[in-house]
Amino acid sequence: MAEATAPKPSSSVKLVLLGEAASSLVLRFVNNDFQENKEPTIGAAFLTQKCNLPTRTIKFEIWDTAGQERFASLAPMYYRNAQSALVVYDLTKPTSLIKAKHWVAELQRQASPGIVIALVGNKLDLTNETSGSSNAIGEDGDEAAEPEDDGDARKVSTAEAKTYAEEEGLLFFETSAKNGTNVTEVFTAIANAIPETSLKGARGPGATQSNANRAEDQSRVNLTGPRDNASKEGCAC
Amino acid sequence: MDEIAPEYDVVVLGTGLTECVLSGVLSVKGKKVLHIDRNDHYGGEAASVNIEALFKKYGNYNKGEEPWKKYGRVNDWNIDLVPKLLMSSGELTNILVSTDVTRYLEFKQVAGSYVQQGAGPKATVAKRRMKVFIEWVGAFNLADPATHKGLDMNKCNMKDVYDKFGLEAGTRDFIGHAMALYQTDNYLNESGRAPESIERIRLYGNSVSRYGKSPYIYPLYGLGELPQGFARLSAIYGGTYMLNTNIDEILYDGTKAVGIKATMHDKTGDEPMKFTTKCKKILADPSYFPGKVQVTGQLLKAICILNHPLAGTDNCDSAQLIIPQSQVGRKHDIYIAVVSSAHSVCPKGYYIAIVSTIAETTANHHLELAPGFERLGRIEEKFMGPPIPLYEPLESGINDNIFISKSYDATSHFETTTDDVKDIYRRAEGHDLVVEGLREGTNLVGGE
Ligand SMILES: Cc1cc2nc3c(=O)[nH]c(=O)nc-3n(C[C@H](O)[C@H](O)[C@H](O)COP(=O)(O)OP(=O)(O)OC[C@H]3O[C@@H](n4cnc5c(N)ncnc54)[C@H](O)[C@@H]3O)c2cc1C
Ligand SMILES: Nc1nc2c(ncn2[C@@H]2O[C@H](COP(=O)(O)OP(=O)(O)OP(=O)(O)O)[C@@H](O)[C@H]2O)c(=O)[nH]1
Ligand SMILES: [Mg+2]
Repeated sequence: MAEATAPKPSSSVKLVLLGEAASSLVLRFVNNDFQENKEPTIGAAFLTQKCNLPTRTIKFEIWDTAGQERFASLAPMYYRNAQSALVVYDLTKPTSLIKAKHWVAELQRQASPGIVIALVGNKLDLTNETSGSSNAIGEDGDEAAEPEDDGDARKVSTAEAKTYAEEEGLLFFETSAKNGTNVTEVFTAIANAIPETSLKGARGPGATQSNANRAEDQSRVNLTGPRDNASKEGCAC
Repeated sequence: MDEIAPEYDVVVLGTGLTECVLSGVLSVKGKKVLHIDRNDHYGGEAASVNIEALFKKYGNYNKGEEPWKKYGRVNDWNIDLVPKLLMSSGELTNILVSTDVTRYLEFKQVAGSYVQQGAGPKATVAKRRMKVFIEWVGAFNLADPATHKGLDMNKCNMKDVYDKFGLEAGTRDFIGHAMALYQTDNYLNESGRAPESIERIRLYGNSVSRYGKSPYIYPLYGLGELPQGFARLSAIYGGTYMLNTNIDEILYDGTKAVGIKATMHDKTGDEPMKFTTKCKKILADPSYFPGKVQVTGQLLKAICILNHPLAGTDNCDSAQLIIPQSQVGRKHDIYIAVVSSAHSVCPKGYYIAIVSTIAETTANHHLELAPGFERLGRIEEKFMGPPIPLYEPLESGINDNIFISKSYDATSHFETTTDDVKDIYRRAEGHDLVVEGLREGTNLVGGE
């Protein structure tokens, strides 16, 4: 499956998005844009964005829940063949991490076993910390929430979320979609964490199908391609 | 819990394929849709289920046993409840393409399409005459009598057409049942309807020529992916989805439905959420309105698990086999649809074959399907419930604002399902659904 034109090998990776303030994070990553009062997500089948690694290019195919998570009505199709997931919580809302944990459990139940999951606390700009590093270990996150009048709206401590992420084997970051802190870092970390073996060139659903299956795939059909390339001699109708 | 809007343009009940296509299309067209299902999964009667769920649905095992355990990972199974395939040039394919739902799905060709002839599935079609006939179908133009071979298309029937070409009985079976997809031989004697048959044959021919071999395609992970894909389309255009939700009451203003009272049950054990919302109309599958539908027939269906391909099909990973009614002394054809691990619907080495027909007796249903079972050879597991009633709405919905779909019928494809989608759309919206360019002009964010 050599991509003749690409200098580096390029692979598609399906990434599913779950949790709160998630669309904004993707909007920052894909369009480097932010909207203060973003409308609920509408009209986006999925967004795509490339991530350049030293040895290869990862093309993220990012699936938004399109609101189907709202009443716990996500279809199995959403998780199908997802190689990575971004579970976002709003670090200014105490209940948000609890919801994120619910999504992580759901992913562990429904998604492919090898899925790379990143837990992301978003809205870091609403805290009074200047550094958004995810590796802010040592910083005592367990301190009682500071009063909000000093500009800190944080309700979920870094330590609590980080400990949980370590227990579950998740990547962990704190970000701001508003000022861009750590956003590319999240996606680069995910791209690096995807095992080489689960990558392949072609895009499309079923992207994680093992390469062993490719040989017998002549019978796959491309419905959107030119219609009559298959109709040749033999049948007059 | 987020708020439910006080009013929707349309409330849709049931997440079968018909309902999901309608939700998707209506959402794309800017309608505010609330889509509800009483089940905790998408698809209703058109779902695909895993093998444990299938055993539990049919209850064909002793208490305490777990027969699904010998079939590998439960979730490697996606077993369709409706035995259908997609015509590659059919209307459902057109809708999938024009709405871009193809982006969520991957299709594979069905390897073979056969009509039972005597002992085996292979046809001994009189090649030359068949060829002449097929070429004539290709050149046929209803508006040009010069292409009518001297037949009067207003009066003649298909038997006259076949006679004209000197086609043998086996060739007629093949053309009528595999190509024109008739379930009975009634079409042979219907005066003036030959052009319709010719059009059906042309659709088959176009579907075959699109990818070769068989006219059918099939989605990886099973047909249950189809309703999910259209539900996602609807959600992307603002549709709201609620599973696990019971309808407690339909609210009427005079004869017209104007809203619903419902309760959503939370899987995580939270309090059920009761709500009321208004709506301009309701679309629903027949199970939500038992008093507003009638039974038009009974479908017999047996889902069989095999560990070998169908004999006489060149070890195809998938196939359709039609046993014409004339071959087995029946009034309705028997269909066999086979899919396998090549479609990610079961572990390697297994095949799922669904045998189906329209019931013609009130007992001995097993015997009615027997010619189908014989063709399957050794069967590992057989799931066969009582006959499945086929429902149809009593009224169009104009009077009560409740637009009800038909059950999935016995045909082997989705052409009648899309006919129903279009019919409901016309009844509910007052104009025809135009499939071409459905998403053009909509503000699609994202994409490539
Ligand atoms: C859509 C269509 C278009 C055709 N166009 C032409 C044409 O342009 N010229 C021409 O000479 N013949 C045409 N035929 C006729 C056909 O190809 C053969 O005449 C017939 O299949 C028998 O050939 P065979 O014995 O060599 O069968 P095979 O070589 O075994 O089969 C040829 C193909 O026909 C299909 N087929 C064979 N038997 C059956 C059956 N009982 N039920 C369903 N499918 C069957 C097989 O799936 C296979 O793909 C057409 C048939 C179809 C269905
Ligand atoms: N200050 C700040 N606000 C943010 C940030 N990220 C998102 N928001 C705001 O949070 C709100 C919700 O963000 P979305 O990205 O739409 O959240 P979502 O989970 O995708 O929402 P739905 O698609 O409606 O389910 C919007 O008003 C955003 O402007 C951030 O990093 N900082
Ligand atoms: Mg969103």
